[in-house]
Amino acid sequence: MTSTILLQVVVGGLLMGLIYALVAAGLSLIFGLMDVVNFAHGELLMLAMYATFVVWLATGVDPLLLLIPVALAMFALGVAIYHLLMARALSVRFNRGMVQIFVTFGLAILLRGAAQFTFGSDFKSVSTSLLAGRTMDLAGVFVPLPQLAAGVVSLLAFGLLLLISRTEFGRALEATREDREAVALIGIDRDRIFALGWGLGAAAVGIAGVMLATFYYVSPSVGANFALIAYVTVALGGFGSLFGALVAGLLIGQVEALTALLIEPSLKQVGMFAIYLAVLMFRPRGLFGTL
Amino acid sequence: METSITRRRRHELIIGAVLLLALAVLPLPIHDVYTRNLIIITVLFAGLAQAWNILGGYCGQISLSHALYFGVGAYVSTLLLTRLGIPPTLGMFAGGALGGLMALLVGWPCFRLSGHYYAIATVVVGEIGYLLFLNWDWIGGATGINIPYVRSVGDSWLWLQFRIDKLPYHYAALAFASVAWLVAWLIEGSRWGFVWRAVKDDPVAARSLAVRIFPSKMAAAAISGALTGIGGAIYAQYVGYIDPDSVLYGQLSILIPLPAVLGGVGTLWGPLVGAAVLIPLSELTRSYLGGSGSGVDLMIYGALIVVVALARPQGLASLIGVRVRAPAGADDAAAA
Repeated sequence: MTSTILLQVVVGGLLMGLIYALVAAGLSLIFGLMDVVNFAHGELLMLAMYATFVVWLATGVDPLLLLIPVALAMFALGVAIYHLLMARALSVRFNRGMVQIFVTFGLAILLRGAAQFTFGSDFKSVSTSLLAGRTMDLAGVFVPLPQLAAGVVSLLAFGLLLLISRTEFGRALEATREDREAVALIGIDRDRIFALGWGLGAAAVGIAGVMLATFYYVSPSVGANFALIAYVTVALGGFGSLFGALVAGLLIGQVEALTALLIEPSLKQVGMFAIYLAVLMFRPRGLFGTL
Repeated sequence: METSITRRRRHELIIGAVLLLALAVLPLPIHDVYTRNLIIITVLFAGLAQAWNILGGYCGQISLSHALYFGVGAYVSTLLLTRLGIPPTLGMFAGGALGGLMALLVGWPCFRLSGHYYAIATVVVGEIGYLLFLNWDWIGGATGINIPYVRSVGDSWLWLQFRIDKLPYHYAALAFASVAWLVAWLIEGSRWGFVWRAVKDDPVAARSLAVRIFPSKMAAAAISGALTGIGGAIYAQYVGYIDPDSVLYGQLSILIPLPAVLGGVGTLWGPLVGAAVLIPLSELTRSYLGGSGSGVDLMIYGALIVVVALARPQGLASLIGVRVRAPAGADDAAAA
């Protein structure tokens, strides 16, 4: 095996890792804020991918231009999910932990069914775009442009999330995460913060969905696999930690790529899951988790 | 001296016996294969949900890896049959033993995690199991295993094979669900039951009263996993063919606890009520609306789960008068 192949695989893993990290960031945000694991997270990704596909099919608009509209639509969807379902799920008195798991699981099934009803269950993909099929030669390493763009956009989105965390709103988020009862005393509307948190989480996964749609097939069940990786990433990085999600996403991307190269492609997920379990033995709250 | 508790427990036993009798005669006037299959699957899931309830409900550990114990039970009994010619009536206990052992193996690293870290870790362990079985050629890999009909024996209880009439499978499933129910009943009245509920409600306070947390969780996991494994073995014999996508798939790990959670978690009747409502609804919507893969069945089923979980967080069993304690523990477990 030449070093070029290794480098090629490492770069591929890096770019995929950035996508994983962005999907995980949305999940982590929602978890950190209100202690809810969103089992419909993969379905949000799936919806964003379908939205990109449908608009592209109908109008031919390049997916890259859909980044902001889809992110905004997903933001609205996130806020709506919070107000319609999660606000109620959080206020139940009986076994809240399980209720939230099964409400989001039910939502996942519902969304998957709706996608199957609307688009059928066969695989679809965006075949023409500004970047489709193009590669860039970086010192002998071929980098497909859609993946590269996805990686860059993921990094930008992370930058944006970091910036948001520095604003007044970001500090309110942080405060609500620290103590959701006490923030009411200093005039923070917890309900509003939660809703915006869901909006941001959905928007983050929406951005990942648009970029993913430029080089990955879309189907009603596409989200399941990415969601599983997102749970692993979030738990590995530590629930609620944005930085942890980024580091864990990159790590997971590398482990996946290297397992596929060095051991056996069909076991690539076993490799990343094993690393996650190994880390959890030593750091039960993930690499950077405080919750 | 008869206390209200012993009286209640005796009533539960009587109701259980009456229910068992009713379920035993229920399929007799029904000759339609589809309806009989529906009843068998419902009874089986009532048992599986009860098995999960022992770990998830009484001990409060939201385990999402029960498909693994189910699959291990199915594979072990099937392999013992196809490779060594050991009848499934014995094989299912081996399957149960390995299912329980597997639950201990999963629990050993995972029980040191709490709340969502625990739930996610169990999801991942289940997924690793699925992938390993999928890539393990010796046990059939993705192709799965066809369970042969042992012609020299014919229909037989020892071999748990019935071709001519599927009714005996109903009694196998019913026996399984009854055992799971009885185990739960025994646990409710035993010292273990109280200890486990203490572990669920407040681990810190329980520890201060000299409750050993980790061994308690492990005991619950072993019993829960073993019962689930036996259920898997019976299911394998019933359907006659297993592969990772039918007995180990990730979503099964949510479908097993679903009746327990929506029916009433940590209660004796919750898993039964949940299974009686959910399984027929899911099967009926699938066969009448989902035939062409339209997705309508999934939409209805998903919406139903959301509505029940939100409208009856304490479970459907509360509608028929089953008292559900407000468990502080489920909240704390998630918050921890």
